[in-house]
Amino acid sequence: MKSFKNHLSLIMAIVTILFSLQIFTITERAIDAYESNLKENYSIVVVSEKKISQKTFQQMHPLIKKSELISADHVLKNIKLQMKQTNIKLLKTALPKFYRIHLSKFPSPDQIDAITNAIKEHVGVTRVESFENSHNTTYKLLLLFKQVVLVLAIFIFVVTSLLMLKEMRIWQFQHTERMSIMALFGAPVWLRSAVLFRLAVIDALLATLIACIVFVGMVNYGWIESELDVIGIHITIFDLFNDGLSMLMLALGLSLFLATMIVLGHKEEV
Amino acid sequence: MDKVIYAHNLSLAYNDRETIINDTSFSIESGSFVFITGASGSGKSTLLKSFYGAITPKRGDLIVGGVELSDIAPKKLNLLRRHLGIVFQNYRLVNEWSIEKNVMLPLIISGYSKEVSTSQVEKLLRHVKLSHQTGKYPQELSGGEQQRVAMARALSHNPILILADEPTGNLDDYSSQVIWNLLQGANLQLKTTVVVVTHNIPKTLNLEYKHFHLENGVLNEVL
Ligand SMILES: Nc1ncnc2c1ncn2[C@@H]1O[C@H](COP(=O)(O)OP(=O)(O)OP(=O)(O)O)[C@@H](O)[C@H]1O
Ligand SMILES: [Mg+2]
Repeated sequence: MKSFKNHLSLIMAIVTILFSLQIFTITERAIDAYESNLKENYSIVVVSEKKISQKTFQQMHPLIKKSELISADHVLKNIKLQMKQTNIKLLKTALPKFYRIHLSKFPSPDQIDAITNAIKEHVGVTRVESFENSHNTTYKLLLLFKQVVLVLAIFIFVVTSLLMLKEMRIWQFQHTERMSIMALFGAPVWLRSAVLFRLAVIDALLATLIACIVFVGMVNYGWIESELDVIGIHITIFDLFNDGLSMLMLALGLSLFLATMIVLGHKEEV
Repeated sequence: MDKVIYAHNLSLAYNDRETIINDTSFSIESGSFVFITGASGSGKSTLLKSFYGAITPKRGDLIVGGVELSDIAPKKLNLLRRHLGIVFQNYRLVNEWSIEKNVMLPLIISGYSKEVSTSQVEKLLRHVKLSHQTGKYPQELSGGEQQRVAMARALSHNPILILADEPTGNLDDYSSQVIWNLLQGANLQLKTTVVVVTHNIPKTLNLEYKHFHLENGVLNEVL
């Protein structure tokens, strides 16, 4: 039937949009998870002749989150056997302090330089190891990921806009004639547009339902999640309550916006 | 007698284009049956449009059903239109609605109950000989059948004035006869004023009618 086909085209357009949004959300979540993974694993090692408190470290650079003293015990374990206890005690006091510094976010190469310099200026610090080379490659990879997501977002935005525009033309064409006829028989504006708004709400609900079913199925099948787990990224693919709600909001927002534009743009013909 | 339509020095034009109806005065009495003839492009449809407020007078006065149309507010126009029954030259049915729903439209707009509307629609579809086509959509019907649906729609809410633009324009004899019978019945039994634009006045009518002719933008009665 014709009217069903009309429904379908709008529903499919909305489903496509919801789908893209969720894929985009998943990608963003994956990147965020990856970035926090990197942040957790990354640290700067500082060698100092004097004791430095965590507070002092934090004052050196705003990105420094916490410091942790690396115990000298296991460094000494190997030579322990051949030495007297008193000698080891002596050696321990003579040994410099090793600190592991954790940051509040994954730094850029420039930030690393800044942090290294800030620490080096401190009295007593003899060496700062930032593992710059391996950090650099990871950082570039992350940047690349982020750019891919940005391109994806722009692409989704363009496709969405085109879809909406196309739907709008179809709707305008479909509903203008009915609204004109209703006007010619004296229907008030609310009654003329009631059909349109009812359609908009129904189609938005159906589209959300379809998208939710697809993503719930995807989660249950578990393919993407396990794939991501392998590389150490643990994220939510689809949260029926939160993601479903934002899908519903988006779908309703879009279709009601469409309907409003058509009602406002409708002119009585002569 | 009351005048359902009263025009004084009426001029009509589409936007800023040349006037199509030019400084014409006439009146149509309540309860009368009126034919309007005229050459193609003379402005018959345009004149009819002005009666239901789809085109506003450029100059002069136009009063329909006691309402001045020159500067009418949209709400007031809506109220007037609920008492008119319009048949368009090109049917203008809502394609995504069944024929029942199309016929029901004026009843829905006037706020009739579901039961009243449904039985009224049934009755009218019987009158236009389309009872066997219920549940169908306009595009599943022939041109003549669609025009009969449009006629049923125009009559469904017992309007005070029927405005029909070539209702039998390209119909076969059978469909034409159904439509003339209906218009005649409404006029005789319900005292509905009927204004019909047509190219040929049927010879089979059993009633008194008036004949106006439109030429050079002026409407004159043919006596
Ligand atoms: N929507 C419109 N916009 C501008 N001009 C129009 C419009 N509709 C009709 N016209 C012009 O107004 C004139 C009268 O048209 P109208 O449709 O009233 O003629 P008509 O007498 O009904 O003709 P027909 O017998 O062919 O139906 C024509 O010259 C036509 O080109
Ligand atoms: Mg015409």
